Amino acid sequence: MDTATPAVTVALYDADEDRVLAAVERVDARRHGELLMPAVDRVLTSAGRGLAQVDGLVAGTGPGPYTGLRVGLVTAAALGAARSLPVYGVCTLDGIAFAAGLDEPFVVATDARRKEVYWAGYTDAVTRVEGPAVDKPAEIAGRIAGRPVVGAGGALYPDAFPGARPDLPAYASAGALAAVAARRLAAGAEPEPPQPLYLRRPDAREPAGYKAVTPPPAEAVARR
Amino acid sequence: MADEPLVLGIETSCDETGVGVVRGTTLLADVVASSVDEHARYGGVVPEIASRAHLEAMVPTIERALARAGVAATDLDGIAVTAGPGLAGALLVGVSAAKAYAYALDKPLYGVNHLASHICVDQLEHGPLPEPTMALLVSGGHSSLLLAPDITTDVRPLGATIDDAAGEAFDKVARVLGLGFPGGPAIDREARRGDPAAIAFPRGLTGPRDAPFDFSFSGLKTAVARWVETQRRAGVDVPVADVAASFQEAVTDVLTRKAIRACRAEGVDHLMIGGGVAANTRLRAMAEERCAAAGITLRVPRPGLCTDNGAMVAALGAEMVARNRPPSPLDLPADSSLPVTEPLAPAGAAR
Ligand SMILES: [Zn+2]
Repeated sequence: MDTATPAVTVALYDADEDRVLAAVERVDARRHGELLMPAVDRVLTSAGRGLAQVDGLVAGTGPGPYTGLRVGLVTAAALGAARSLPVYGVCTLDGIAFAAGLDEPFVVATDARRKEVYWAGYTDAVTRVEGPAVDKPAEIAGRIAGRPVVGAGGALYPDAFPGARPDLPAYASAGALAAVAARRLAAGAEPEPPQPLYLRRPDAREPAGYKAVTPPPAEAVARR
Repeated sequence: MADEPLVLGIETSCDETGVGVVRGTTLLADVVASSVDEHARYGGVVPEIASRAHLEAMVPTIERALARAGVAATDLDGIAVTAGPGLAGALLVGVSAAKAYAYALDKPLYGVNHLASHICVDQLEHGPLPEPTMALLVSGGHSSLLLAPDITTDVRPLGATIDDAAGEAFDKVARVLGLGFPGGPAIDREARRGDPAAIAFPRGLTGPRDAPFDFSFSGLKTAVARWVETQRRAGVDVPVADVAASFQEAVTDVLTRKAIRACRAEGVDHLMIGGGVAANTRLRAMAEERCAAAGITLRVPRPGLCTDNGAMVAALGAEMVARNRPPSPLDLPADSSLPVTEPLAPAGAAR
C-alpha cells in the first residue's frame, strides 16, 4: 500500500508468479484516511483471499505530504502487529521508477507542495543513484537536464523539466511497490524499515521574547 | 464481570498517544506516551511534531497496553478510537491504527467523541454514570457545561467558552509570568505559595444579563497581563505566586459557580468534572467545598484520568458495546471539529 502521493493504492501481489492478483487505486489527496482500509478490504475480497493468506506487508515510505504518508505507514504497522506479519518499507519514488520501467537514466519527481518536488535519480527502473531529496525545480533543472522526468512533479513544472513524461505513471503504484520489495527480499537485500522519509523538519518556530499585551506608555518609550 | 465488554481505546487528538484497555467499567491498562517535552520550547503544541510522535509511538503503545492488561488482542470485543475533535493530522494516526487493528482482528470499530470520553472515564473511577450526567469539561481546547442523558447517544451543550478555553488561559498567563509550557501544572504549583485574594481579577460573563452557562477567559488573561506589565514598568517586582493564585482563583470561581448553577437549573444532584484542567488542585478543592455546601455529589476522576488518555476512549467504547450501538464503518473519517452532540462519529458517507 502507498499513500505518499495523491493516489491511495493497494495491491495484492504474488511473488512466486510475479503477478498482481488484485489492485485498487483512487486518486483523492484529501481522503487517504477514509479510503485506505476499504481499499485493502476490496483488494483482498476481489482476489478471494483474506489477511490470513498474506505473508508480508509493504508500505511506501514516501517522501510525500506527511498527513497522507502516515496513513499508509501506520496502517501497515498496525495490520502487521495485529497479525504478526513482517512489514517492509520501500521508497515511494522507487515504486514509481519500477512502474515506469525505463531502461535509461531518468528522474522521478512528485509534488512536494510549496513549489518544491520530491525527487530521485535512477540509472534504470530498479537502481536509484541520487536522492530522495526535496528541492525547488529550478535548482535541480540543470543537474538533471536531458533526462526523462517521471511522476506528477515533472508535468507540474514543464519549464524546469522539459523531459517530463506525462505518458508514464504520475503517482505511486502499490503493485510496483510490492514487486520491488519482493525482488529485494529474493536477492537477500536488507529491507528498509517502514519509517517515513520526511526530508523536512516540522514547521515550528520558537516564540520570540515575551510580547507585551499593553503598549508601553509614551513616557516609558521616551525613557529608553 | 467476565461478560462485560473488553475494549481497547486509542487517543491521539493532541500530543498524548494514549491507549487503554477496559472491561466494562474496570480499568485494566492505561499507557500514555507524551510528546509534551518536544513542544515545550515552542510554547504550545506543534501539530506536525505531535503527529510524527504519534506515528512512532502508536503500535508500541498499543502492544504495551495489551501486555499490561494481560489480554490477547483476539479476546477484545471492540476497538474504540477518538474520531474527533482534535488536531486533524494527529487524529488520523489513531483512527488509521484503530481501523487496521479492527480489520485485522475482525472486531467492531467505534469512532467516539473525545469530549464524551472525558466524561465517561469517570465510570472507571466511580462506577456507572448517573443519568442524566451534568459535566463540566475543562481543558486546553474546551470549556463547556454538558448535560448527558445518555453518554452514548445524547450529550447536550448548556454553555461553552466564547473565546479562550480555560487551559489556554493557564498557558497564556504562565507565559506572561515566565513559568513555561504547559501552564496548568506550573500555575498550580506557583499558586500554592500565593494569596488567592491578593489581586481582584475580573470574572468574565458573570453579570446578571450574561449567558448563565457560557464562559469567557480572554478578558481575564488580558487583565493579568496588563497588571503584570504595569508592575514591571513601574520597576516593581512581580509577586508571581500571588498573581498565579489570584488568576487561578478567578478561573475556578467562575467554573464552579456556573457548574453549580447549571445543576440547580436542571435539577441534577451531582456534578462530574473532567478534562486536563480538572487535574488542577484548587479547582478540585473549591468544587468539593461548593458542591458539599450545595448538597451536590461531586465526581472527579484522579488527575491521570483527567488529562488525555486511552482509557477514557476505551471506557466510552465499552459503553457503546454494552448498549449495542452500531459500530463505525471502515471509511470512518477523522473529524477535527466533530460536534460534542455526536458521542459516536457518523460514517464518512453520511457527512
Ligand atoms: Zn482532552
